[in-house]
Amino acid sequence: METAFTPLMSFGGGMLIGLGAVMLMLGLGRIFGATGILSGAVFAENRDEMTWRLALILGMILAPGLIFAVTGAMPALTVHASPAMIVIGGVIVGLGASLGSGCTSGHGVCGLSRLSVRSLVAVPTFMATAAITVFLIRHVFGG
Amino acid sequence: MKYLFALLTGLVFGTGIAISGMMDPAKVLNFFDIAGTWDLSLMFVMGGALVVTFIGYRLVWRRTQPLFEQRFQVPTSPLIDSRLIGGSALFGIGWGIAGFCPGAAIPALGTGRWEVALFLISVTGGFFIRRWVSPTPKQATT
Repeated sequence: METAFTPLMSFGGGMLIGLGAVMLMLGLGRIFGATGILSGAVFAENRDEMTWRLALILGMILAPGLIFAVTGAMPALTVHASPAMIVIGGVIVGLGASLGSGCTSGHGVCGLSRLSVRSLVAVPTFMATAAITVFLIRHVFGG
Repeated sequence: MKYLFALLTGLVFGTGIAISGMMDPAKVLNFFDIAGTWDLSLMFVMGGALVVTFIGYRLVWRRTQPLFEQRFQVPTSPLIDSRLIGGSALFGIGWGIAGFCPGAAIPALGTGRWEVALFLISVTGGFFIRRWVSPTPKQATT
């Protein structure tokens, strides 16, 4: 399915993502990595570690509601993957991102901004395997 | 105050995810589908985020400490090992299968779609598998 090319909205949204990352560093001195935040909330070592992460997660979850309140429409979200693929993909994402210590936000946004050597290796790696996976699913297996 | 700041930070990040198109798996997967219905938009998401974060981090680091904590906690390991490469490779495969990554799925939960909840439950399951197959001492994750 075709999706519209949205350079301005995407760049503007990206700037807000960056602002969120900068705010977390300013306020709490932490990297905004969604994997670390989620796993840190699940396996929190103390009440404070859990509370700030849950507050952050709650704020993220409120965002579509804010968009709806302002524009009258929820953000577009089209899922083609079957429930089985969502589960398989999700488990692999959780396993891989925690093994590799980061995902798109942690390595991609925060790590690259810090010029982290690990992130400079991680980002091309997951971009490449994602592209290969999409190619195989769509063009080889014809999903 | 610290927790309110965290909530506001999450709201800003999540709004960015929603506006940018990152929340939509159809758009994300099209970014990777160079041979098919290619949509370059996500390159602009990354560009916008990197410009702000690259400059913003350097301004913030002029301070001696964050607003609500004693110190900045930034990972410093330079270690390039099989965990980093293998884990990242796996992450990309999962991202390509489902079309969601954690940073996009958490805000997407606010749309109330069951697919997103199913994905995030599965991601959490993946965290448990990781602790089971590869237990490690506590380290800073990004």
